[in-house]
Amino acid sequence: MDFVIEQRTVILEGFWMTVRLTVLSGVLSLLFGTVLAVMRVCPIPPLRWAGAFYVTVVRNTPLTLVFVFSTFGLPRLEIRFSFVTFAIIALTVYTSSFVCEVVRSGINSVAAGEIEAARAIGLPFGQTLGQVVLPQAFRAVIPPLTSVFIALTKNTSIAVAFSVAEATSILRRLQNQDASATFPLLLTTAAGYIVLTLFLSFSFSRLERRVAVAR
Amino acid sequence: MQAISDERLIGSDHLLELSNVQKHFGPLHVLKDINLTVDRGEVVVVIGPSGSGKSTLCRAINRLEPIDSGTVKVDGEPLPAEGKALARLRSDVGMVFQSFNLFSHKTALENVTLGPVKVRGLRKAEADERARELLDRVGLAEKADAMPAQLSGGQQQRVAIARALAMEPKLLLFDEPTSALDPEMISEVLDVMVELAGSGMTMIVVSHEMGFARKAAHRVVFMDEGEIVETATPADFFDNPTSRRAKSFLSKILSH
Repeated sequence: MDFVIEQRTVILEGFWMTVRLTVLSGVLSLLFGTVLAVMRVCPIPPLRWAGAFYVTVVRNTPLTLVFVFSTFGLPRLEIRFSFVTFAIIALTVYTSSFVCEVVRSGINSVAAGEIEAARAIGLPFGQTLGQVVLPQAFRAVIPPLTSVFIALTKNTSIAVAFSVAEATSILRRLQNQDASATFPLLLTTAAGYIVLTLFLSFSFSRLERRVAVAR
Repeated sequence: MQAISDERLIGSDHLLELSNVQKHFGPLHVLKDINLTVDRGEVVVVIGPSGSGKSTLCRAINRLEPIDSGTVKVDGEPLPAEGKALARLRSDVGMVFQSFNLFSHKTALENVTLGPVKVRGLRKAEADERARELLDRVGLAEKADAMPAQLSGGQQQRVAIARALAMEPKLLLFDEPTSALDPEMISEVLDVMVELAGSGMTMIVVSHEMGFARKAAHRVVFMDEGEIVETATPADFFDNPTSRRAKSFLSKILSH
């Protein structure tokens, strides 16, 4: 345990990277996933097909492979970023497909009559979506979105294999320095993830209560 | 020749014209060659057994239900295809639904101001002021900040009427506005509708409320199996229906 305390700055830096990966790819996935969900319900068939195709392909590909495509595939197309950026791209591409399906189920939960009422007062498709459908869809899907973001938090650890110094890779490095500290390190790292995900769950359930609408 | 040029000068008095409207739901022929014109300021009640196509007719007028063939003209303008132009036309045709369909995440006031602000581009303060006047007109001034779930059915329907009125529509469609209401709430909604009819609003009302039809309607249109079977004044229709189908329908709804 002494070793853990001794190395606390390094461990905290690792978790700081985990937080950055989670927040950045979380925000980007929420945006991109929502765009995908809107594509899947829009009246233009090619966009619907494109959205469905994306989800089918990406959601069914292991995250590690998505990382491989991002980190080693993109440079072949002369697209060069830092390993951290490649990790954020991979996590966003992957998580968006899950966000899309969650948001789409939220969209489907909005009463059809309210959508008709919005069209009847003359709101075009975009405003019907922005004013009536999405605000209600997001309220309905906060619990499943929480699960998606908790999965994302833990999925950031895949980046360990792609040269990103996040919490899990710090764990490995320190383990190599002092094998006798393996268990304290494991427990500390596990506790670190639990703290992060509990914070996430807590924030989202507060948000859920704040925006709850009586039906 | 003279008549035509006169009509061009004054403009037609027909606010709504349906000609040869046909609509199928799969094998079901729900609107059979419908021809109907409604004048400015006229109140038309559409009555008929369930499945007669009266709701579909109502929904075809603002193209919530696209038709197979025929034309629907609102104020001389044929309904455009889905898109910006149709949205603009819909904003001139108010609609009140059987199940109210208030936006459940918005307050009564926000329900009324959404259209004027987003579609008409009114400033929020102005829209709020007008919305409060309208809520007052339907007797709900004190409920402006209530959420739909906190309102009774009758109150929700009156907010829905205020929401439709806020767009200053040329025409108001009512699709069975009292069918989902408890009996004691029906009259509060009908009172608002009678007041509207008296103010000169053009209205098409799908409803079985004979009291309303007698009090406020200029014409009753009786539909059965997708056809307009009979058109008459309320007094003529209820007291001396001419068609066999209208007689049989009236005897069923009047027998108890």
